[in-house]
Amino acid sequence: MKYQAVIGLEVHVQLKTNTKIFCGCSTQFGASPNSQTCPVCLGLPGALPVLNKKVVEYAIKAGLATNCAISPRSIFARKNYFYPDLPKGYQISQYELPICVKGHLDIDADLGAKRIGITRIHMEEDAGKLVHSDIPGLGSGSGVDLNRACTPLLEIVSEPDIRTADEAVAYLKKLHQIVVYLGICDGNMEEGSFRCDANVSVMRIGSDRFGTRTETKNVNSFRFVKQAIEYEIERQIELIEDGGKVVQETRLFDPNTGETRSMRGKEEAHDYRYFPDPDLVPLVISNDWVEDTRLSLPELPEAKLLRYQSEMGLTPYDAEVLTAVRELAEYFEACLAAGSQPKMAANWIMGEVTRGLNDNGLEIIACPVTPKQLAALLALIEKGTISGKIAKTVFDEMWQNGGEPAKIVEEKGLVQVSDTGEIEKIIDEIMAANMGQVEEYRGGKDKVFGFFVGQVMRASKGKANPAVVNDLLVKKLKG
Amino acid sequence: MKISREDVEKVAVLARLELSSDEISALTGQMDAILSYVDKLNELETDHIVPTAHAVPLENAFRVDEIRPSIGAENALFSAPDRVNDFFRVPKVIE
Repeated sequence: MKYQAVIGLEVHVQLKTNTKIFCGCSTQFGASPNSQTCPVCLGLPGALPVLNKKVVEYAIKAGLATNCAISPRSIFARKNYFYPDLPKGYQISQYELPICVKGHLDIDADLGAKRIGITRIHMEEDAGKLVHSDIPGLGSGSGVDLNRACTPLLEIVSEPDIRTADEAVAYLKKLHQIVVYLGICDGNMEEGSFRCDANVSVMRIGSDRFGTRTETKNVNSFRFVKQAIEYEIERQIELIEDGGKVVQETRLFDPNTGETRSMRGKEEAHDYRYFPDPDLVPLVISNDWVEDTRLSLPELPEAKLLRYQSEMGLTPYDAEVLTAVRELAEYFEACLAAGSQPKMAANWIMGEVTRGLNDNGLEIIACPVTPKQLAALLALIEKGTISGKIAKTVFDEMWQNGGEPAKIVEEKGLVQVSDTGEIEKIIDEIMAANMGQVEEYRGGKDKVFGFFVGQVMRASKGKANPAVVNDLLVKKLKG
Repeated sequence: MKISREDVEKVAVLARLELSSDEISALTGQMDAILSYVDKLNELETDHIVPTAHAVPLENAFRVDEIRPSIGAENALFSAPDRVNDFFRVPKVIE
């Protein structure tokens, strides 16, 4: 490989607020066209935007969670360009003084941990939606739906610190996990709540000058980001090898072909002529505001991951699975709060609970067995009331029909039999019926032991306490 | 000269204005006069002055995140020169 790719990402995060960034219209996805609009988001003359305080709170949270400095003073700017989905002829954004600057995220890269710098995070409004087909009577035009216009976005801009498509995906996944954990974004990539523009260039290894970059717009899945970046790196290298030059341009990723293509057109001649928006007053954020927000942050996945290992003794793999989604971690922690042992709860959540969810296509928040009920079930195992095997039967019953584990155990007569007399009786019967195997065992064939355990468990319908069965079998078989 | 004919042509394109050759000539002169006049300000020492974006010393005007009634598609589309169903209709945008 003679070439090295240089990648920077711009991520647009749609914030999970009730209303738009500068007006009180709902941000609910999927409403009928133009039903969620008002003079402000329609860009009607004389309408005045007023900043949604929640957007500022969410931006501060995102900044703190990505190790940014929060600017004590930031201002909004107008980014001027014409496009039919932008009713005012400018987008309200931030330019010179964004709300957060100079952060970073640490990702797991091929050669260990790697720090990716975050240049800035700024607040801005989204544009409307253009529809080119599927409108009866549309004819040769395009339809414009302004419901999405003025929806709050954070744009999170990374430093050009990323070198491979895999690093880009690792960075994006981490960022995605953080904004979802923070509760500031629903993370739905298909609906466009988290989308990415990738700036890619290549340079000769050893060079200290970046090559000319291209920007691939609006890639909305992790898989597509990987494909788009890999395609773009290869395209640029081939171009240079063939004696050509990379042109600085905006490109579009086509998911059907896995290729990027140039978005040529007049819109390429961007000259945004940013200037401070006179309709919006400066935003001043006090240290108290920042510190109060810091206190309100949930424990972030990275901290959880470490704590699950150091405090609870979980394996790195278990800790990673349990912290991947905030709701799953909360389910796990609710089990612990209800008295479960971490390792046991982890095994059950990653085993039975996850299997049940997958089989039924459910998310953890819709799990029919509550953390308290699961904890109660695990307590029965720990007390020796039921065996782990019977517990799975009880769990299935709880999943299907609900109910408390202790009650199910009692009603179905599943209490574990630890009474030695009762178990001895079963063992005697089984030995009498299988004298051949008894002789084999006594003749030194240890493997037959498992056969007896199986027979006893079956005869007791799984209720015999396995430890007691083992003890008694050893004694009796030895004779 | 503060501003050239090319500058005026470029700004006209960005502003989506179609100007005749005479208009460009006239505007070049006028805009140059305006910018030259404003240039007087450069005589002031402003190195330590924070740029003013607002004449009124006001900061932090917020709304709470509560839904207010929208005006509805009919009102939104009332003055639209062209519409199709509940959409604004614009000339085909190339994809």
